[in-house]
Amino acid sequence: MYPFDYFRPDSVSEALDLYRAAEERQWLAGGMTLLPAMKLRLSAPSALIDLAALEEMRGIEVDNGCAEIGAMTLHDTVSRSNLVRESIPALSALAGGIGDSQVRNRGTIGGSVSNSDPAADYPAAVLGLGATIRTTERTVAADDFFTGMFETCLRPGELLLSVRFPVPTRACYMKFPNPASRYAIAGVMVASFDDGVRVAVTGAGPFAFRVAEMENALTTDFDPRAIADIRIPVQNLNEDMHASPEYRSHLVTVMAQRAVDAAI
Amino acid sequence: MKVPVSLTVNGESVSADVDPRMLLVELLREELRLTGTHVGCDTSQCGCCVVHMNGRSVKSCSVLAVAADDAEVTTIEGLAVGDELHPMQQAFHEHHGLQCGFCTPGMIMSAIDLIDRNPNPSEAEIRHWLEGNLCRCTGYHNIVKAIEAAAAEIRSR
Repeated sequence: MYPFDYFRPDSVSEALDLYRAAEERQWLAGGMTLLPAMKLRLSAPSALIDLAALEEMRGIEVDNGCAEIGAMTLHDTVSRSNLVRESIPALSALAGGIGDSQVRNRGTIGGSVSNSDPAADYPAAVLGLGATIRTTERTVAADDFFTGMFETCLRPGELLLSVRFPVPTRACYMKFPNPASRYAIAGVMVASFDDGVRVAVTGAGPFAFRVAEMENALTTDFDPRAIADIRIPVQNLNEDMHASPEYRSHLVTVMAQRAVDAAI
Repeated sequence: MKVPVSLTVNGESVSADVDPRMLLVELLREELRLTGTHVGCDTSQCGCCVVHMNGRSVKSCSVLAVAADDAEVTTIEGLAVGDELHPMQQAFHEHHGLQCGFCTPGMIMSAIDLIDRNPNPSEAEIRHWLEGNLCRCTGYHNIVKAIEAAAAEIRSR
């Protein structure tokens, strides 16, 4: 790790002031991605602004058919929350399957969502459930939030405060995890609402995306057989040592079918 | 830049001025000489460095020492009372839950966090919980047995 200055502000406004004052600065949430990246010198900020003391960014509330989760809420907290388990069990199960126990004890929803890792679980939930993201500057729809591999629409100095998930009538997330890292080789969130079905995929492409063809088929007939023959095109799918684009395309259909089957 | 940190480690107050890039595991091992906490992979995969921070198990190779300011940290050295081993340590001993022993401190600290939350875990729950702790010797069977036995012992107390 290269040297850096460290700040732990006590309020969001102080955090924003510190951000403006420093040059190569980076927010530190749970650090489960950032610190390993800094050790590898893939990331070398000159200042870290640790959000750990910002209690206003933690917590879970359910009201008006939505579950709102503060950005600094731990994966472990989301996975064990009765409020989340009762309102969106698929979200609680997803959080309980991220990384491992110790990663869930440090990692945060805001950190994961802001990072837009192509293989992270949360982006599938944010997009699949049609969440809204509240920042220090605005409210953004999930459909506009993820813009690329490790890229979101967040601007420098803009801080993600919370994610607000609409409660679906039924939903399920299924992933095919890499057996070593537990990152999703392909993960699919299927969520049914009164006005239709949403299907969002993580792990398969450069960033989370929806599958309109599956959404239309499932809105008509919420049955795994309705999407059995739908394959997402292999162009633009990820290719690495773990899986080819063809295999990822196949996995997306299988995971989507399993998610529908489990949600019924 | 040096940053002052004050924390409690195994019940004792500790203060130090640390470089912000110092990891919690480096503070424990190199400054406090608590070398029971091991570094295996240094990439947050293996779990050898697991300690408790404010009642949660964490990988101390992926936590900054400055982030542990004001925290209560427990390491493997903080478990035994005098010569009496913690029930989890005793169970690993009795059930042959280790061979080379390198992963053992992390395994034990991780397992205690599990039992704190779930006093009667199933075998499947134990195996799921241990996904972040790698053992290259035992094949995990005796580790799982040890944790089941320790959970039963702790429940009976």
